[in-house]
Amino acid sequence: MSLEQFKNRNVGVQNYTTLDVGVSPTTNKAKFVQFITRAVKGELFVGLWVTGKAMFKALFQGDMHTVKYPFEKMPISPRYRAIHDMLRLLESGSYRCIGCGLCEKICISNCISMDTRYDENQRKEVSEYTINFGRCIFCGYCAEVCPELAIVHGPRYENASEQRAGFSLFEDMLTPIDKLNLQQEYDGFGAISPNADENIKQTPLAY
Amino acid sequence: MSEVKTVENMVSITIDGTEYKAKEGEYILNAARANDIFVPAICYLTRCSPTLACRICLVEADGKQVYSCNTKVKEGMEVTIDTPNILEERRAIMEVYDVNHPLQCGVCDKSGECELQNYTLELGVDSQSYMIPDTKREVANWSSVLHYDPGLCIVCERCTTVCKDMIGDAAITTTKRGGADLDKAYKETMPKDAYSMWNKLQKSVIAPSNGTDETNCSDCGECVAVCPVGALVSRDFVYQSNAWDLKRVPAVAAHSSDGAQIYYEVKPTSIEDRTEKIFRITNEWSYVSLDGSARFAYDFQNTTATKDKAAFDAAIEAFKKAETVRFNAMITNEEAAMLQTLKEKMGLKLYNLEVRAFQKFLNHYEAASGNALWSTDTDAIMKKSDFVISIGAALRNDSPAMKYAFNNVQKMNKGAGLYFHPVGDTLIPTFGKNVEIFNHKVGLEEAALYLVLDLFADKEKLPSEVKDYIESFKTTETKTIKEKVEKTVKEMVLNEETGEEEEVSKKVKEMVEKEITVSTNGLIDLLGGDASKFDDVFAKMMKKKENFSMMLGEDLYYHDKAENIAKLVALVEATCPINVVMTPPKSNALGVALICELDDAPSGYTVGYNENGDFKLSALGTGDLDMPAMNQQEGTLCNIGKRLLPTNAAVEYNGYELNDLMKVLVGAPELTIDWTATLPKERGFKGIEFDALTNSFDNDGTDNRGYVLETSNVETELPEVEKCDENAVLEGDIAYRCNPARQFNDFTDKSHEIFEAFALYASVEKAESLGDKVEVVFENGSITLDVVADAKMTGDIVKVPDYRAAEGVYDLFGESRYKTVTLRKA
Repeated sequence: MSLEQFKNRNVGVQNYTTLDVGVSPTTNKAKFVQFITRAVKGELFVGLWVTGKAMFKALFQGDMHTVKYPFEKMPISPRYRAIHDMLRLLESGSYRCIGCGLCEKICISNCISMDTRYDENQRKEVSEYTINFGRCIFCGYCAEVCPELAIVHGPRYENASEQRAGFSLFEDMLTPIDKLNLQQEYDGFGAISPNADENIKQTPLAY
Repeated sequence: MSEVKTVENMVSITIDGTEYKAKEGEYILNAARANDIFVPAICYLTRCSPTLACRICLVEADGKQVYSCNTKVKEGMEVTIDTPNILEERRAIMEVYDVNHPLQCGVCDKSGECELQNYTLELGVDSQSYMIPDTKREVANWSSVLHYDPGLCIVCERCTTVCKDMIGDAAITTTKRGGADLDKAYKETMPKDAYSMWNKLQKSVIAPSNGTDETNCSDCGECVAVCPVGALVSRDFVYQSNAWDLKRVPAVAAHSSDGAQIYYEVKPTSIEDRTEKIFRITNEWSYVSLDGSARFAYDFQNTTATKDKAAFDAAIEAFKKAETVRFNAMITNEEAAMLQTLKEKMGLKLYNLEVRAFQKFLNHYEAASGNALWSTDTDAIMKKSDFVISIGAALRNDSPAMKYAFNNVQKMNKGAGLYFHPVGDTLIPTFGKNVEIFNHKVGLEEAALYLVLDLFADKEKLPSEVKDYIESFKTTETKTIKEKVEKTVKEMVLNEETGEEEEVSKKVKEMVEKEITVSTNGLIDLLGGDASKFDDVFAKMMKKKENFSMMLGEDLYYHDKAENIAKLVALVEATCPINVVMTPPKSNALGVALICELDDAPSGYTVGYNENGDFKLSALGTGDLDMPAMNQQEGTLCNIGKRLLPTNAAVEYNGYELNDLMKVLVGAPELTIDWTATLPKERGFKGIEFDALTNSFDNDGTDNRGYVLETSNVETELPEVEKCDENAVLEGDIAYRCNPARQFNDFTDKSHEIFEAFALYASVEKAESLGDKVEVVFENGSITLDVVADAKMTGDIVKVPDYRAAEGVYDLFGESRYKTVTLRKA
């Protein structure tokens, strides 16, 4: 793009084109004539006709354009950053989060907090996890930094609440186990790139 | 003072083309570090011997590849840190370390502070060329505090090295892993050092050295501190927190008189409870080693304290009514100065059983020697000394710093040691070959000092009475011994061929009786040694020894003849080339001894500060008015190194402080730390504001924490010493006031990671004969205790701990540490 138009700083001397808006009536008689003409011309019914046609199509021909929110929601882009989801592993059903704490660390509004412990199977267990949605600015860093694609942004965008602080627990965000088949893989920031395989160097393995 | 200063010659070396100064005899690695130059190294620990496990510290010195951790600098040496060949070796080594290393960095407790990670990135390892089948290695808990994950272990042997060379427990060692053999083809294709390092790594793993699954050690956790990866973690910390979440609060370990540098690492307790909690203790392990109390006794804060106005008013009334304040060594210098002010302005008596004897001893010592404080410290001993003498300290229990120094001298300085103590300890002889133990009878500490005079003193300088007295112990005897002697006998033999007689000499062995004079040193027999063998042993110990030091313990302060002992110590310093260090009994005993004028006996209404009293101020949360614990307050402490050290508050405190009481009673500045600059200058304090105190170490290990107390030095005449009273020994069942290692006071007891019980400790045989429970009957009372067998103790003396103030053990023992008692089965 040429930068010419930005370099011209002589505001006010450009060549404006004036619209043809006719001549406004000046005498009382001319004003009265204009009023009568417009009032009885029937333009109102032109507009009503359009609405009426749309109504007819919607009601009787099944051509409805309105989304029946909150019963219906528009599909949104996978890159939209709304309320977080905690995903599960599809094979085993156990949750993906390993408790590494990177999301907690990177969170710039300091709204993520987690407690971990050494569990009976000698693994790190996330014993408690909260996000304060009153503080969350939905920047998406947590999803981007997550090495397991465990915390992702889901499609739930209703953030209204009665109190300023609103905490979500781990279970609130975790995919319900009976809806595991409906779990969507995340495509937003932090998801692996389509050509990820090409960038991997293989390690020799003895087994 | 007779300080022998080894002149530290500086040599100049060239590293990567730039010239630097280095101490002669230093390793290249340490010289580089002292000059702020980075040489990669994993397995090397400053203050310990090089293990050569990792081999990445390879450098080129004068054209030859050497390991910088075990090659000493020479004048004019030219060092190149990176050559193409060395870089190739290093990269191969890091690749080998990464073979089969679990990819659990996300959950690992090292959380990014990992040296394996750092060097892998530093050397640009982005691909792997080696492989070997992995070996299954099971996670193990070695003790109540140690957690070992061999899967993460890179067998750098730092833990075993620090345990042996610094701590002296040698509780862990490398053992067989049972891994697969390396592919022979690698020998040709791999860089040489990487191959041999891998060969060793693949065969070993770390395990307790006593052959069992559990370590039998002092649970100091220093192995955890030095571990470069997440293999060794304190059991309580496993998967609790990431390192980056923890806020580091620089502080001083509060319990022993070591005054070791620590960081309290704090973060909010949990999601529900946002009050800050101490998660662990870390330290600058290159320059300071902690004991178990410093590392694990950290959660002793007073959590329930609130500003209770009624209790505060009651405390004011109590102080107005009181004649005595009873306290102990667990107090900052500032608080000690406040109590001293109370004494001056309100005439209160200051009663402190933990410090009074030590203070008296210091006063006697100052009067006799002209020195306000001892001449050396444990760090200097570790750096320079090659002969240490320990008298009157239960090394394993009383003073970790002295134990580490005693051990380190044996291991690092090819040292020798003499250990005088009535209680047998099987750990001390394991410190080194040249350690000689004297388990003398209780009360013969003076004889030990006379023996030191005999062995080391410049006889010219000694007063003649002392010389005569020492000589009076020596007896010369004429003994007849039988000896085999080879004799040459000449015979005339007839040569049969020639028929002539020839002279032939023959060798014949014969037993001959011979008279020899044997001189016996009665002092050695008196101290329970073997006089006939000692001369030879001592001659061997003295070979190539230049720098001598003596460590004195609490037994001497609580001795009936403490004054004479103090004079003897002064005499040793004046006539022998020996530096002396004394351990203050517990915590801030030195600070209290310097600041407060203590009284001998309490009287009337008593206010107890963490002690028994009619009105109790307590940081334990059990008294009439709450006080902040040592991890909740700012202030300064004095330690065995004669330093004033600043400590900071790690966790929140919501109650009143002693300074608040002071404001009402006599008037006081706004903050407790405003007292720091007012500490008495005539006792060596420098009058520096708290906020101006430094708290760090230099790269070469120079300690910049706080400041060293200025000690006056007045020339005095040699003190007149009394003879040793050989009949003043204790007989019968003897109780020794001594805490188990890691326990020092009520605060260590309160901490959840300290498990040593309040019980009677005895050797295994003695414990068997005593049964499960025993009543220890003193002249002025008795105490009933469970019996615990201590496998490292020998002999019949039993240890009675004093760390619970409420049990009043100090009152039972009075002015001595040893008492004849009756042990009754209960």
